[in-house]
Amino acid sequence: MSWIFHFACGLLMAFGLGVSGMTDPSKVKGFLDVTGAWNPALAFVMAGALAVNILMHQIAARRKKPLLDQDFFKPSRVSIDWRLIAGSAAFGVGWGLGGYCPGPGLVSLAALTGGQFGPLVFVAGMIAGMWAFKVKKI
Amino acid sequence: MNVTDLWYQFREPLLGGILIGFAAGVLWLFYGKVLGVSGILGTLVDQVADNLKGRGKWVDALRKSPVIVGLVLGGFLMPFVWPKGLDGFQNASLLEIAIAGILVGYGTRLGGGCTSGHGICGIARFSKRSIVATVTFMITGALAVFVRRLLIG
Repeated sequence: MSWIFHFACGLLMAFGLGVSGMTDPSKVKGFLDVTGAWNPALAFVMAGALAVNILMHQIAARRKKPLLDQDFFKPSRVSIDWRLIAGSAAFGVGWGLGGYCPGPGLVSLAALTGGQFGPLVFVAGMIAGMWAFKVKKI
Repeated sequence: MNVTDLWYQFREPLLGGILIGFAAGVLWLFYGKVLGVSGILGTLVDQVADNLKGRGKWVDALRKSPVIVGLVLGGFLMPFVWPKGLDGFQNASLLEIAIAGILVGYGTRLGGGCTSGHGICGIARFSKRSIVATVTFMITGALAVFVRRLLIG
């Protein structure tokens, strides 16, 4: 049963990303263009998402376990180390360069039907980067 | 700019954000799982890599997939739900996009998250790591846009 829930969350997130404008590289780059024609619109995506998610986390915090599982799977890493900084820095450069973060990249794959190869190239690169991290050859 | 203009300009980002936050909140409240796209996709890539070497079980890899399938399928359903959702404008070349993809893939695995995992879920847990990560990728993202304009225009 859990896969239906996970699938529905992925689907809902996809529509949220589309409605919000996160799937439009020009809006992402406009948001990051603080020294130029800054477009603050995407700050409202984060504000809306955080408001709802913080509220739901507060509800969850009153419970010992999730409604349909045994434990909250809280990320285990807590230290602020060079990996966190260097990795996030590299991610930010890629985000600013291509205008896609992982979610919108996957959602935008469908633009292939309109003849756009950008998202496919992005996702292929992203998987290659993850694969390289896994095998640690670079 | 008056309040009506502001509302007109920011209602879609706000509505989309609320949907994203709700999806993340539901997964946490019901299953205690973080809706972090790079983490979920990265774990899937890890498991596929293990399976290709004869380690692990394909069924474990498949269990990681529903969120990814939902995201990709959501894109294909976008024209029926929100027709503007795929009308993005891209000014980068395919080579730049490929480099961007590699940086995003490697960087999110090294840094343990992306805009969703750190930016939406981690900050909602008030995680210091996620706040530091989010500030970091926003700064380097802004720098990338700035430097690219200096070099390419």
